[in-house]
Amino acid sequence: MPREVLDPDKSTVDTASVEAGLDALDAPPTGSRSRRNLFRAVVSPIIAMVITVVIWQVLWSAAIWPEYQLPAPLTVGEQIWKITQTGQVWEFLWVSVHRAVIGFLVSVAVATPLGLLLAKVPLVRAAIGPLISGLQSLPSVAWVPAAVLWFGLTDGAIYTVVLLGAVPSIANGLVSGIDQIPPILPRVGKVLGAGRLDSARYILLPAALPGYLSGLKQGWAFSWRSLMAAELIATSPQLGFGLGQYLHNAMSLSDMSMVMAGILLIFLVGVGIELLVFRPMESAVLRARGLSGAL
Amino acid sequence: MTMTATLEATETAVRLTGVRKTFGHGNRAVTALDGIDLRVAPGEFVCLLGASGCGKTTVLNLIAGLDEPSSGKIELTTSRPAVMFQEAALMPWLTAARNVELPLRLAGVRKADRETRTQELLDLVRLGGVGDKRPHELSGGMRQRVALARALASALDGNRGEAASLLLMDEPFSALDAITRDVLQGELLRVWQTTRTAVVFVTHDVREAVRLGQRVVLLSSKPGRVVQEWSVTGLTGADELDAVAEINARLREVISSHAA
Repeated sequence: MPREVLDPDKSTVDTASVEAGLDALDAPPTGSRSRRNLFRAVVSPIIAMVITVVIWQVLWSAAIWPEYQLPAPLTVGEQIWKITQTGQVWEFLWVSVHRAVIGFLVSVAVATPLGLLLAKVPLVRAAIGPLISGLQSLPSVAWVPAAVLWFGLTDGAIYTVVLLGAVPSIANGLVSGIDQIPPILPRVGKVLGAGRLDSARYILLPAALPGYLSGLKQGWAFSWRSLMAAELIATSPQLGFGLGQYLHNAMSLSDMSMVMAGILLIFLVGVGIELLVFRPMESAVLRARGLSGAL
Repeated sequence: MTMTATLEATETAVRLTGVRKTFGHGNRAVTALDGIDLRVAPGEFVCLLGASGCGKTTVLNLIAGLDEPSSGKIELTTSRPAVMFQEAALMPWLTAARNVELPLRLAGVRKADRETRTQELLDLVRLGGVGDKRPHELSGGMRQRVALARALASALDGNRGEAASLLLMDEPFSALDAITRDVLQGELLRVWQTTRTAVVFVTHDVREAVRLGQRVVLLSSKPGRVVQEWSVTGLTGADELDAVAEINARLREVISSHAA
């Protein structure tokens, strides 16, 4: 009996439908995010916060520490309510947040070309790369005395501290974003006909976007921290009244509930901007690329 | 100075004459290719076969213009061959359609034309319906087909808007599972017959080379030289198996000559 040779082209099932079947079987499932994920993202941090406040309340009731070291949660709440009632809180927030935003935007404008130079010019990287990385680990509060001596108690001093805090982390984020581009992508760009400029615009910059965004996020955190350090130390009537000064006053008045209210407000602004601005941006970029580690 | 020239004659898609490639300098220099002569006719399907280190990828990179030969001459009829790598290497931030459109955008093709061309090419690889999916939503085989469509799109520009005249493929199916590879080999033959492009296909798989190619060119390793060529056009059944056995035997011979 002659052996039958299977020829896929002559079999009853045609290639097109085999291929369509394979596509359906092999394509990764595109399930939408479930309610459980939403629950985990929103409800679980709220529960954690409630538990923290409960523990705080219990510790306060146990009266282990005197009132001037650990005030009751309610007293701190009243403190915030008070400045909200008088409307002062908006002034504090406006002074601090607008400074942080301006400082951050200037940092982005300085750090982006700097990061591109560091990533693309080996000589520049060899020369100032270690310096930029070193600056990132230097607490920016260390710059406050120098900034005050250079610029006096002015906005200039405060912006100097913010820039020195934020620029290195944004630049480093961009550098690592560019370093992590798979080498195959620029090669593909070349065979697809991209010159140097087109390659930067259509391949390198979009490919480096996730790293750049995480640099921006870190840069914002550094701007905010540096700003608070600067406001806390460099206080003067001509500098306006921000959250840092509020905290400084609280310390001078030895009013612990006011201190904690100040810390809480600083924390809320930092977390709020991260959650409302950077997290959605980052997760949109990552999700579009199938890197949905972030929420 | 580039050694790559554009061929005027139409009887050749690509011609390599005495191509040598040396990496490194002085006594640490490694000769990857030692005098490769190869001519591929328009519309011809040639498989370059060889073990690791035979420089088959180097040959492809030289033809693609990603690297320059140390000496010798490479002549092409097209100014931009279509190139496909082992990985699909799609841009992860672009949809499948945008990936295919990218080379057209780089070439400055008008938007309306870009969209028509993209849809045609996606239909050609039977992915007309998934243009708006992102690479991570596609299977490995689908990604490789998008990469094929994109490579063909990149060749349009160098060919005055005509279909690709030269397609260079570097082990494009070796990372896929067996069933997908089998289907994609069939698909590639269909696309080849539709577009009548010349193909230079690099592989280390003898069966694949015999199934796909009209001609199989065996390269030796370190340095790469052309050892032998077989015409395998239209072989079926027992003849095909015989050809696979013969080429396999020769390949094993070449590899065992490297045993220390």
